[in-house]
Amino acid sequence: MNDSNISTASPSGVARSAGAKAQGSRYSDEALTPPVDVIEDANGITLYADLPGVTRDTLHLHVTADELTIEATSSLKVPQGLQSSHTEVGLGRFHRLFTLSKELDTAKVTAELAHGVLRLRIPKAEHAQPRRIDIKVA
Amino acid sequence: MVRSLFPRDMFAELDRLQRDMQQAFDLSPTIRGVGRHGFPALNVGGTPQTVEIFAFAPGVDPASIQVDLDRGLLTIAGERADTAGVSEKPAASGAAGSASTVHINERFSGKFRRAITLPDDADPDAVEARCSDGVLHITVQRRASTQPRRIQIQ
Repeated sequence: MNDSNISTASPSGVARSAGAKAQGSRYSDEALTPPVDVIEDANGITLYADLPGVTRDTLHLHVTADELTIEATSSLKVPQGLQSSHTEVGLGRFHRLFTLSKELDTAKVTAELAHGVLRLRIPKAEHAQPRRIDIKVA
Repeated sequence: MVRSLFPRDMFAELDRLQRDMQQAFDLSPTIRGVGRHGFPALNVGGTPQTVEIFAFAPGVDPASIQVDLDRGLLTIAGERADTAGVSEKPAASGAAGSASTVHINERFSGKFRRAITLPDDADPDAVEARCSDGVLHITVQRRASTQPRRIQIQ
């Protein structure tokens, strides 16, 4: 399930539109920081992020040359007239920013979303991958 | 007046302060352990007809979550796989046996169990649980006999 929402545009425009959408509330710009796992191997970096209640449509990933932004909104349906008595997840927005290093190939990022967990794979650029140098016999 | 540079262990003091703060702010201390910061995170609320419980359990297979109800005690239990684990990772990413490095490991992994005491008017026979996008939503109906009603005058 590849996500089609990966954009390479500047995240500033999207951040502005998201802020305008959730206006009025004092906490409209507040967002939770989702916990992540980041694992690196020889060919690239894999990132897992917990985004409960987030669907494909409400997840926005922005990749520039040196930054990765995860912006997501929980699309949880709450029954009418619900009176909350105990709250541990008090916000429905997630936001996290990572600085990428230059050996990562941001054009080849792939993303999957399953059961509220985002799996992001950022491969390393061809020239940055470890390789063996052939020795020519003169 | 400074009597000693380290009158007590500073970290123990901070620990005690944090515990005091937590107890002061935790409105619902429970005999079954830590009320907050567990996995899965819980939101509990209610409408006049139902009790609604939201358990935020991303990355857990809905089929493997056990929801038990025993004498008004609702238990949510299961296990979440360790994605940062070293054993399965190289094969999954196709990195031909090369070692992988874990840079950030913040996500919960392992077995979990959380318990909630349901209110007295909850009907144990009318419980419904749905799971979507990593959120388990449990709806417990309140008993019809406790619903507000108007009494007819004979």
